[in-house]
Amino acid sequence: MAKVLMKGNEAIGEAAIRAGCLNYFAYPITPQSEVAEYLSKRLPEVGGVFLQGESEVAVGYMLFGASGAGERVMTTSSSPGISLMSEAISYIAGAECPAVFVNIMRGGPGLGGILPSQGDYFQATKGGGHGDYHLLVLAPDGVQEAVEMTMQAFGLAEKYRNPVMVMGDGMIGQMMEPVEFPDDLKTEPTNKDDWASNGMSTRKSKKKNLVKSLFLDPAELNQHNLNLKAKYEQMKKEDVQYELYNADGDYQILIASYGTMSRVCRTAIDMLKAEGIEAAMFRPKTLFPFPEKQVHDAALKETCKCVISIEMSMGQMVEDVQRCVMGKKPVEFYGECGGEIPSPEKIMEIVKELIG
Amino acid sequence: MGKAFSKPEALTDNYTHYCPGCTHGIVHRLVAEAIDELGIRENTVGIAPVGCAVMIYDYINCDFQEAAHGRAPAMATGIKRVRPDLMVFTYQGDGDLASIGMGEIIHAANRGEKITVIFINNAIYGMTGGQMAPTTMPGQRATTAPAGRDTAQTGMPIRMANLMSEIVTPGYVTRQAVLKPQMVNKCKKAIKKAFQYQMDNTCFSFVEVVSTCPTNWGMTPINALKWAEETLLPYYELGDYKTPEDA
Amino acid sequence: MQTEIKFAGFGGQGILLSAKLLAYAAMKQGFQVAWIPSYGPEMRGGTAYCTVVISDKLIGSPIIKSPTHLVAMNRPSLEKFDDTIKPGGIVFINASLIPVRSQRKDVVELVVPVNDIAIEAGSVRAANIVALAAFAAKSKLVDLDLLKKCVKEEFAAKAKIIPLNMDAFDRGVAAAQA
Repeated sequence: MAKVLMKGNEAIGEAAIRAGCLNYFAYPITPQSEVAEYLSKRLPEVGGVFLQGESEVAVGYMLFGASGAGERVMTTSSSPGISLMSEAISYIAGAECPAVFVNIMRGGPGLGGILPSQGDYFQATKGGGHGDYHLLVLAPDGVQEAVEMTMQAFGLAEKYRNPVMVMGDGMIGQMMEPVEFPDDLKTEPTNKDDWASNGMSTRKSKKKNLVKSLFLDPAELNQHNLNLKAKYEQMKKEDVQYELYNADGDYQILIASYGTMSRVCRTAIDMLKAEGIEAAMFRPKTLFPFPEKQVHDAALKETCKCVISIEMSMGQMVEDVQRCVMGKKPVEFYGECGGEIPSPEKIMEIVKELIG
Repeated sequence: MGKAFSKPEALTDNYTHYCPGCTHGIVHRLVAEAIDELGIRENTVGIAPVGCAVMIYDYINCDFQEAAHGRAPAMATGIKRVRPDLMVFTYQGDGDLASIGMGEIIHAANRGEKITVIFINNAIYGMTGGQMAPTTMPGQRATTAPAGRDTAQTGMPIRMANLMSEIVTPGYVTRQAVLKPQMVNKCKKAIKKAFQYQMDNTCFSFVEVVSTCPTNWGMTPINALKWAEETLLPYYELGDYKTPEDA
Repeated sequence: MQTEIKFAGFGGQGILLSAKLLAYAAMKQGFQVAWIPSYGPEMRGGTAYCTVVISDKLIGSPIIKSPTHLVAMNRPSLEKFDDTIKPGGIVFINASLIPVRSQRKDVVELVVPVNDIAIEAGSVRAANIVALAAFAAKSKLVDLDLLKKCVKEEFAAKAKIIPLNMDAFDRGVAAAQA
């Protein structure tokens, strides 16, 4: 199929349809409202369901209901909206339902701003809602990857019966790039008859299905959490995605960066190379499961003097990088936020300072 | 002689965990009978609330999902929109529906979701132990209103059926009670009608059921029924507040 | 080789569309492209701008502080971005609305009264197409026939205004070559 030029937000909407998701619930919030606008036109054309809920709180539960009934479903929102959905995300993870959440991040805390940011790393990877759960978090670096990750998200959500988040930022949502929708990323929905509340007559079963997260017996709840943990461990084994850039040579510094920020770092690395300075980039494409061993091994390269995490935040992913490097190399941080994005020139300057 | 009375198929064999004199058991049975009579059990998904009835799925024998506090109408919306062929009902108490879930219930009704809502109004929080509900009567004692509900601080009790009837979108809104056999019979008819409207894809349906909570009211079951009749019914008047035929 | 073009003007002048059409034609010609909007508070109150990046390799940073070329449709846009253009770049000035010129000696000025030309063609609303065509003719970034085809495609649903925009396109090209 020929490439088309599309805005990230619209491409994400189309990607959901191409992945076989025909159900979408959302509440408007900048900078991602174009997804809802696009799908409000597009879903009726393909016989899908579009509904604008009364709040992000309600939308979270519309996803829970639809997913609990065994259907593929997605919502998109931006940071403050994801906070409101976090209650439902915890319940969905607890009840082991697949659902796809897209967060087109904006600056925070509170109302913050509407420009691109990466301030929701902690929220996405370490919590958001209550209890011991994790989302599988995919972080695209552009419109094409946003499409691919959105398409992959449904299969991953169903593989683990766990909510999956695609985490972009306002830049990825708003910019236009050429995209194609790879047919091979479309997966067949898995059979949910074993667990979904899809109606006994639907699955021709006399046994009722129950979608729930309440386990009042402590031993039972402990076992439930052990089962969830086993899934997160399986994610770490089977579904880590990452990219190393310019890491074949003798790099002096390893830059850890993801999403929009990684594109700026890529340009900075090319500019440094032109000046004879070798820097490599480690880019996690899954923020959870975090590519723990990969960043550790890349940092330990003999010529590498230090690691720096560069983020559109005040320092969030850097904590994972530090954890994985285990003190074996110094781990530095640089970040700007609120819509300010470190420029390639600034990154060059910092790198030169660090490697002397 | 034929069998005159038997357990509905839609009720499980489990004993309920409800306190002596609690009317949840009666309403569960009415829901189960309506499901049986309409032959929809294998096509029905219930939404359990947070409250005493959270384990309704142990007693009613159909598919269930368990909501967070107050969010049942949003979950029911999610199910009904993606599977319009399923029969979807929520079963919610007054803390769940009239307090934390006020937004969800109003908007589900206003969108005209083709779902059935059973709303148990017993003027108190049950599961958490007798705290004040939006439906608690003026002066009625609760664990968070030890001197009785002070309406100057907390306003007057919310009359959900009256409020819901103001929504312009067509719907079925009724208030029933289960304090006496004839009330139970009328309530049964209303619940069945509420499911029938959904089967016919007619409208959103809302059945408020004035109920008792002897434990948290600190009364014997008999006195609870008496108090409900004397105190709740004059304020929470029974009857149909809105029908789709009005529209 | 990477080229960046900043399009700037009042909201409603159609500059986001001009930029998109340039990116679209470059994509069809086989280049990597990105259309990077500015959104947020500065969108309100009148100014709209965006940047098109055209490259023969994967596009990195979407943060372009110093673009190669500028298409300025109004005076505030010229004044705001004149300084940022790389030496040797084109500074396109809509002379219909901008009475001043670039303060730079190291750029190539292209001065075209696009509103007047668009009015001659039939409607001031086609000014963005005049500007796009004139800039494209001068910069030679994309094939002009291909670009014109993209313009025609864009208006496919509004067949009535295709002749106007085709005429505006030709007049823009002619103005650049004059």
